[in-house]
Amino acid sequence: MLNNNFSKEHELYLKAVKRRKTAVIIVQILILIIFFLQWELTARYKIVDPFLVSQPSRMIKFMGKLYSEGMLFRHIWVTCYETIIGFLLGTIVGTLIAIILWWSDFICKVLDPYLVVLNALPKIALGPILIFWVGNGKTAIILIALTISLIVTIISVLTGFKEVDEDKIKLLKTFGASKSQILRYVVFPSSIPTMISALKINVGLSYVGVIVGEFLVAKEGLGFLIVFGGQVAQLDMVMLSIIILSISAYLMYEAVALLEKKFTVWRS
Amino acid sequence: MAKLIIENLSMIYHTIEAETKAVDNLSLEVLDGEFLSIIGPSGCGKSTLLSVIAGLLQPSSGRVLLDDMEITKPCSKVGYMLQRDHLFEWRNIFSNITLGLEIQRKCSKESLLKIERMLEKYGLSGFKNYYPHQLSGGMRQRVALIRTLAIDPDILLLDEPFAALDYQTKLAVSEEVYKIIKQEGKTALMVTHDISEAIALSDRVAVLSKRPAKLKNIYDIKLSVENRTPLKSREAPEFRHYFNAIWKELDIHVE
Repeated sequence: MLNNNFSKEHELYLKAVKRRKTAVIIVQILILIIFFLQWELTARYKIVDPFLVSQPSRMIKFMGKLYSEGMLFRHIWVTCYETIIGFLLGTIVGTLIAIILWWSDFICKVLDPYLVVLNALPKIALGPILIFWVGNGKTAIILIALTISLIVTIISVLTGFKEVDEDKIKLLKTFGASKSQILRYVVFPSSIPTMISALKINVGLSYVGVIVGEFLVAKEGLGFLIVFGGQVAQLDMVMLSIIILSISAYLMYEAVALLEKKFTVWRS
Repeated sequence: MAKLIIENLSMIYHTIEAETKAVDNLSLEVLDGEFLSIIGPSGCGKSTLLSVIAGLLQPSSGRVLLDDMEITKPCSKVGYMLQRDHLFEWRNIFSNITLGLEIQRKCSKESLLKIERMLEKYGLSGFKNYYPHQLSGGMRQRVALIRTLAIDPDILLLDEPFAALDYQTKLAVSEEVYKIIKQEGKTALMVTHDISEAIALSDRVAVLSKRPAKLKNIYDIKLSVENRTPLKSREAPEFRHYFNAIWKELDIHVE
């Protein structure tokens, strides 16, 4: 029922909406450009000390050096890989545990205080134990990322499961549905939006876990570059890594947002 | 012939604070092919009664027989229609309708064809690939009815099926739902608190007391209109007599 013969007034309205959207994007880009430009210039004219805050041109030079050594994408890949595995595992395992807790009210009630304690505990504190158990390496880093996102996922997905409309479940029961059918036909699909928002939160949390893990044990990855750069007073290395980290975190978040769109077509 | 027999049914609810008697020694028969409404003050235990008939709740005492078979768990002979349509937003109209069949693993070529025919007959075939949010409230309720009819139940339980609709839509939809039920030749048991709706649709109206629900009276609705439909029924001269009688029977005091 789309009407393409808009009135003049409507066309003006559409134009105004579009103009505003463009303006927002332009200002967003401008802020970035101005920020880097003033950084470059203030460092060049020694208003700020480039030894302490680095400088965009020096960062680019350093990036070129890393690239020619073939290490740039290696470091990025290691961190992204650990993060993706961490948050996917966190989401999948968390959802599975949430299903068990939904299935058995008894287990859910029994485990409730333990979940609360685990949720309140800063999971980073478990880092040294995990490293002690599985050794210095990727496995430890992934496990740290996993533990950080796991409990939050369990709690938020379980809340999503429990918020499913009782009447929708009643409807399925009148058809004679079993518990696994209720899970499959209504509880799981109607919780997909909750699960995707858990995924979104987990992207950020997993990055925290991975970077901390790399601080502790890694020999490669962006977290390693940051901590190493700090130790050898190479702020170019630190700043560059942080900027690459921001970009990759943003891209990963956008990927999840794309996934969300794909799974919720029925909403549009 | 009695299709559904409710025999000395009592139902007690337990909570930590108290036990509540929702239904008290209620007996009622629904005849084959009739449309029977149960009306009572709000919170009198009408919905509890339907849940027991649907096999979702076990009665404290008494029993429910459908075609002389005792109902103890949900079965495909009973179709249940809730107050809101509860179409699943993530399924399109067609797969919303096949939901019951999928759950009962009865998705045969035959049953799918039957659904196609019903969609055609009730003016929904153009919408089968639409999603629920693209349909109006009245259409959604029609889809919900067809979803219930798709499992081919012997008796339909309607739990205030029009209560969530605005007044005009309610009149239009109850007209359609009534016609569909009659065309499909189904027995129907409706719970409502709307007196005129009960009279307009029903062959008989059972009035329940305040909680715990007991049967107070049953009215045979005989209206002097030809080719009765809910809208035409409302024009019948006897309509307001029944209305007044039931209103008095309900014994609701306005403070």
